[in-house]
Amino acid sequence: MENSFNISSSPHIRSKVTSGNIMLMVVIALLPATAFGVYNFGLPALIMMVSTTAAAVLTEYIYEKLMHKKVTIGDFSAVVTGMLLGLNMPPTAPWWMGALGSVFAILIVKQLFGGLGQNFMNPALGARCFLLLSFTGPMTSFVYDGVTGPTPLSYVKSGALDQVNTMDMLIGTIPGTIGETSVIAIIIGAIFLILMGVIDLRIPGTYIVTFVIFVGIFGHVAHPEIGFFDPTYLTAHLCGGGLMLGAWFMATDYVTSPITKKGQYLYGICLGVLTGLFRIFGGSAEGVSYAIIISNLLVPLIERVTLPKPFGKGGEK
Amino acid sequence: MNECGERLKNGLIDENPIFVLMLGMCPTLAVTTSATNGIGMGLSTTFVLVMSNMLISMLRKIIPDSVRMPAFIVVVASFVTIVDFMMEGFTPGLYDSLGIYIPLIVVNCIILGRAESYASKNKVLPSIFDGLGMGLGFTVALIAIGMVREILGAGQIFGYQILPLADEATGAAGYTPITIFILAPGAFLVLAFLAAIQNKVKINMEKKGKDASKIQSGCGADCATCGGCPSAAGKDKE
Repeated sequence: MENSFNISSSPHIRSKVTSGNIMLMVVIALLPATAFGVYNFGLPALIMMVSTTAAAVLTEYIYEKLMHKKVTIGDFSAVVTGMLLGLNMPPTAPWWMGALGSVFAILIVKQLFGGLGQNFMNPALGARCFLLLSFTGPMTSFVYDGVTGPTPLSYVKSGALDQVNTMDMLIGTIPGTIGETSVIAIIIGAIFLILMGVIDLRIPGTYIVTFVIFVGIFGHVAHPEIGFFDPTYLTAHLCGGGLMLGAWFMATDYVTSPITKKGQYLYGICLGVLTGLFRIFGGSAEGVSYAIIISNLLVPLIERVTLPKPFGKGGEK
Repeated sequence: MNECGERLKNGLIDENPIFVLMLGMCPTLAVTTSATNGIGMGLSTTFVLVMSNMLISMLRKIIPDSVRMPAFIVVVASFVTIVDFMMEGFTPGLYDSLGIYIPLIVVNCIILGRAESYASKNKVLPSIFDGLGMGLGFTVALIAIGMVREILGAGQIFGYQILPLADEATGAAGYTPITIFILAPGAFLVLAFLAAIQNKVKINMEKKGKDASKIQSGCGADCATCGGCPSAAGKDKE
């Protein structure tokens, strides 16, 4: 009864959603892709996932202890970063490489800029690009069933569509990084997130639609033997590489994506065009991580342009 | 003579051009892929700095105020040309790896900054020591950045392999170089970390009261004359 008469300033009704809840749901949504990666690539994938996640959490804990800050490992954001980085690693890379990436992600990209909510780019992707530049060899060699071979996306890049099996790409029994191979497992996680209201379709939808339009047109420009909007070419591009993982889980990161609706559409278009540009005309077959990072850097500008006007402002003078 | 010693310490520590004043970032970030490059760049800049400071200080009463900038540039450029030819003749390897950054010493804002804020207002001997201190501070900073980048990025120091490299083919255990540190992003990371460490040390020293008065005066004394630096820094970016 006493509680009813408590007097405090507004707000009086608070949502039960916390960043911890949201991050926990992202962790759950990442589980299908993780499980499939471990099933697909075996023990090395499991070791990699454990090492990246553990290193991310430990780094956050140690840094915050040393700097006498509030320890925030309870909000699962370090776990999400660690898992995302693990899913972005090739299973054959040594485990310490993943751990080093996690330290970079948490320490340099996230904590030095002020912790959760202040980082200017996605920590997991920042770390992936750090590793990609540092250890290009181990980060880009993909072994599947004991055979080192090009990923389906490299075949797509060179226009060799007959080498590509779309069904395998959908299920995920192809060479690639731990979490990106299975489109089905990623989509299951994404549907869970959408149903729980954690993400919406605006960013991933615009991203994928823009990407399809761009690739449909410019795929023909790069490879004249492939027609405009060739269905096999498009599906191979959609299911190959990190597009699905990036679009559903990394482009939608709250901290590094715009909050205005218009801004989110703009951001999605930017992502789609950049990814298409890198994939078709760039040096390597993959371009999702760089596209997302560059778009992350554009977010403050996008938000400035798309800031909605308060009601009544900017009317007749 | 006391003033000369103070000038040396000022350039090396209190107003280190790289870690404190943040001047001359362009060559700093570009050439420090190895410690050897750092020494080459640092010493050639030191030479130009000492000589130009000396000459400008000698000419400070002759050069009219309105044309002082072109006059400084001419003086600096003549010494840079000397260094350029000397390096091409005697250290061709270093000359090749430093490339365009040797001629670019002409527009290095440390040199113009010292000419403008110190040498054109002070006597010859302190000006020489000011140039020497600033130049050595620059050299030490470049070597520090170069060494960290070389060790992390290649496992080497001054070109000698100190960390045995891992070999995939033979399966030999060893160090796997983090290549990003000899690429451009590594320069920014290392510079930021070294500057942060140096700030931390300085703050700790101030807290303990050790040398606090000296640090205060070392900075405060030159703040008024530092006005020339931002304009010079702008030039570097062009």
